[in-house]
Amino acid sequence: MTYIKSVGAYVIMLKSVFRRPQKAKIFKDAVFREIDDLGVKSVGIVAFISFFIGGVVAIQTALNLEDPIIPKDLIGFATKRSMILEFSSTFIMVILAGKVGSYITSSIGTMRVTEQIDALEVMGINSLNYLVLPKIIATVFFYPFLVLLAMTLGILGGWIAGVVTGLFEQYDYIAGIRMDFKPSLISYSLIKSTVFAFLIATIPSYFGYYLKGGSLEVGRASTKAVVWTIVMIIITNYFLTQMLLS
Amino acid sequence: MIEVKGVEKGFGETPVLKGINAVFEPSKTSLIIGQSGSGKTVFLKTMLGLHLPDKGTISFNGTTTESMSSDEKRQLKQDIGMVFQGSALFDSMTVEENVMFPLKMFTKQSKEVMLERVNFVLNRVNLVNSNQKFPAELSGGMQKRVAIARAIVTKPKYLFCDEPNSGLDPKTAIVIDKLIQEITDEYEITTVINTHDMNSVMEIGEKIIFLKDGLKEWEGSSDDIFKTDNEAVVDFVYSSNLFKNVRKVYLEK
Repeated sequence: MTYIKSVGAYVIMLKSVFRRPQKAKIFKDAVFREIDDLGVKSVGIVAFISFFIGGVVAIQTALNLEDPIIPKDLIGFATKRSMILEFSSTFIMVILAGKVGSYITSSIGTMRVTEQIDALEVMGINSLNYLVLPKIIATVFFYPFLVLLAMTLGILGGWIAGVVTGLFEQYDYIAGIRMDFKPSLISYSLIKSTVFAFLIATIPSYFGYYLKGGSLEVGRASTKAVVWTIVMIIITNYFLTQMLLS
Repeated sequence: MIEVKGVEKGFGETPVLKGINAVFEPSKTSLIIGQSGSGKTVFLKTMLGLHLPDKGTISFNGTTTESMSSDEKRQLKQDIGMVFQGSALFDSMTVEENVMFPLKMFTKQSKEVMLERVNFVLNRVNLVNSNQKFPAELSGGMQKRVAIARAIVTKPKYLFCDEPNSGLDPKTAIVIDKLIQEITDEYEITTVINTHDMNSVMEIGEKIIFLKDGLKEWEGSSDDIFKTDNEAVVDFVYSSNLFKNVRKVYLEK
């Protein structure tokens, strides 16, 4: 029953979020601020993880392909597919759910606890629209770029890993990357990342906005928000994969 | 003028306000006092529209909130200033940005005009050279001054304050009280203050409403409060020996 209530409250929240912003200039400033907070400040961690995971995927694939019959260009191919299909969209989004999700819940939750949200409401400002819509716009439009960055750096990481370790020839790796290239898979990944970005902006906002209690509750709500965002990403990933790839 | 008629409000099965009637007049500082849990904050938030009353009506200048159109409600919100217990300043904004925020949101004034008004109200609350500071860099008293400045920057008709003195030393508390009273007189605002602070009651209580268990138990002025024989009021207001002695001396005179 509680879950059904929560889903209902989440949908009602979205109804209030998707209203026309009260002041275009303030909204525009808020969107750019959120792009910086939620997107640009995540570039470093996304780049770092993507690069090294790409390297690890390439090394592991190389170490598991000892049979001389299996062509070596399969290493580049496997790394490319892993990065494009799952790693860049799902894995990176799970990481961002942790990093950005906890930030969103704790910042909105603190505003709730310290009556800043009440202050907005008393002024006649639609606080959900003011606080959440810029976050949705920022994540939905910026995260696909992070995904593209993750794909590129992951594949680059695999290539450099091969060069450094000498486990495979770079010509084989590049041939693998060029083999059976399907742009639709990149579209699939970008569509997924857009949906996940929406979840990352809205689920933690829900947990922060409807928080009751004090600072301890802010911590608890952040943990809950991250867990539920990840759960929803994983479930949505399953259905989107079924819908888009089958 | 704010007129409250038979307002009831409950949460789940628990009634908090059990039919309150009250009138708050312009240019007067009205105080709502009562023990913790008596319904003061719920009453204030209900008047502000943060809670919808289960029964009863709240009128602003003769128009009930129920009968107001969306535009009228929006206008009413802009006529209301609120000072929250914890100041509720936006952490991510400087003092100047905090005070300018309502102007940016609801007016089409140029930045220069807005800045002029911001500096005027900051001067009015005796806060200078703090425009670029963040709320975390200010003392409790300074935060309250910023909150008052933000509340009055749009020239509101109604000012609500929830425990404006909480967490302040007695001297600063009196300064804040006096400031609110001066602003009320100067701009002919209808001011409603929730307080626990007995100094405020004695200093600025032009009208005092005492709430007990969600009901209005007593109403009067700071002079009346000395003379009242209402046991609940006497128990609450004169709970300390100091105040008991002050009352005794006053009555003996």
